[in-house]
Amino acid sequence: MAAFLARRIAQGLAVVMLVATTVFFLIHAAPGDPFSASMENPGITEGVRAAWRHTYGLDQPIGEQYVHYVASVARGDLGFSFSLQRPVADALGSALPNTLLLMTVALAAGFFIGIVVAIAQVRRRGKPADHILGAISIFLFSVPDFWLAMLILVAFAYWLPLFPIGGSVDPVMHDMMGSGARALDRVRHIILPGLTLALLYFPLIARHQRAALLDAITADYITTGRAKGVSEAHLVNRHALRNALLPIVTILGVAFPALLTGAVFVENVFSWPGMGRLIVNAIGSRDYPLLTAAVLLGSMFVIVGSIGADVLYRALDPRLRDEL
Amino acid sequence: MNSDTPIVIPRGWTARSRLIRDRSTILASCLLLAMAIPCFLAPLISPYDPAAQPDIVGLQSVAPSFAHPFGTDPFSRDVLSRVIYGGRLSLTVAIIATIVSVTLGTAYGAAAGYSNGIAGAILQRILDALLSIPRLLLLIAIFAAWRDAPLFYFILVLGFTGWYGLARLVRGQVLALKGRDFVQSARALGASRARIFFRHVLPNVWSPVIVAATLGIGHVIVLEAGLSYLGIGVRQPTASWGNIIQDGSDQMATHWWISFFPGMAIVLTVMAFNVLGDSLLKALEPRRSVME
Repeated sequence: MAAFLARRIAQGLAVVMLVATTVFFLIHAAPGDPFSASMENPGITEGVRAAWRHTYGLDQPIGEQYVHYVASVARGDLGFSFSLQRPVADALGSALPNTLLLMTVALAAGFFIGIVVAIAQVRRRGKPADHILGAISIFLFSVPDFWLAMLILVAFAYWLPLFPIGGSVDPVMHDMMGSGARALDRVRHIILPGLTLALLYFPLIARHQRAALLDAITADYITTGRAKGVSEAHLVNRHALRNALLPIVTILGVAFPALLTGAVFVENVFSWPGMGRLIVNAIGSRDYPLLTAAVLLGSMFVIVGSIGADVLYRALDPRLRDEL
Repeated sequence: MNSDTPIVIPRGWTARSRLIRDRSTILASCLLLAMAIPCFLAPLISPYDPAAQPDIVGLQSVAPSFAHPFGTDPFSRDVLSRVIYGGRLSLTVAIIATIVSVTLGTAYGAAAGYSNGIAGAILQRILDALLSIPRLLLLIAIFAAWRDAPLFYFILVLGFTGWYGLARLVRGQVLALKGRDFVQSARALGASRARIFFRHVLPNVWSPVIVAATLGIGHVIVLEAGLSYLGIGVRQPTASWGNIIQDGSDQMATHWWISFFPGMAIVLTVMAFNVLGDSLLKALEPRRSVME
């Protein structure tokens, strides 16, 4: 296990370096730079722009900039954000917990809904309930993330003002609340974005889980159980589900990038102060260090997700432990 | 107990007959045609010029009516006309980008699966690396820097970032085929590597490729919409489904029609592609029918 982990992590680091290189050159090869294109204010003279470029090292040859960048990334320094005027690692660091919180809520809710829907579908396979749930899943699988988020926001924060319109806490009242009210305030704010992500996300789980359950249900031990007169509900819930839960672990690897994509849009619509919102705000100012770091961090997420899925899979299925 | 016995498909049933018997295939195809035909006939069908701003004051964000079935946007443009023209653009972008990515993915996957030794291992490692790049974040970074890139390059980049998953699938398929009896027989008969590849291996990887292409088009439609919504996709005044949604995004609560109709158009189209892809998967590879 240790050797396996070490190899996967080394591979992951190599990949992250490769991604950093690719993104660095793709971005720096673009015409113009942050201080020419986005700040079209004629009052800013060429001299001032040149001084800014010098401050951020953009006037150096690209090779030198690259060596400098890779060296600082290797030290854990992700650069200095032009638009936020603070270190990128700082900015991402303060946004990351919010994103992780949102993702955890979405992941838990998504897995729960997905598995419940899959069980309901398999228990009633071929019947109208199966088809209706399948249709709802495929609808949510096809809906653009940001559009669903907008609909949910408008429906449950404006037309039916049950929930706050955005943010992670009440901007004015939160600091004046007692601890109980604060917790409630946080819950009220996370429900809409968390639910939106879970809705976008459960179809993936339901589809895989349904297929895995249908696979498990044709196994001999199920037939035996059925011959012995075990009820259908007991067969699905107790016997098939246990064996069908294993394949779903692999989805974790697939789910991470999907969740990250969803988070970019959902955070923006709900003004959730996480990474996705930070990244989108960096678009307008062409904040190179922040955008590159976002891709880097995203790749790390994906790699960690897939390593995590592998480790979990091994832990759950002893047969895999000997293979490397 | 009857409903619990697995459905056994008689031998005589071909993939085509499975496909035609599937009601959802028919439904999805009809839906797709209903969405695509008006879009590609845009100049004939569209009631107004999609870029015309007839009365920026009097016709600003007007609710749906007989004159403007989908209402008008903040610039007094007719939303229905923009959705029709935008659909033509969104579908074209998605189809071309998918052709690019499917070609690349098939070629790379076949090469990686077919080459032996070090070359094969290197191709596989590169693929592993590419698979762990989050596509949306990469696209955001690229298009934030290349903000004035022409539409053609936008489509190419979408295509160039969308082939990794298919390449992995094709590689696996080719690896499995390499060991099969008919390929070994061809080798024993002295067929050249090229002949074996083009005559025996390639024809057998078509089914995952077709499925991936169908699902891929839907995926690119959503992706293009997302990027246009963020302001780094298709530029104004050219309409695409994504940037029409953006036009109405900050007044969704009061003027819902601007964002609602293009969003519905995306959902219906993408859903049709997904159902079709799933039916194709069921028909072509009954064992692997899971949406990815």
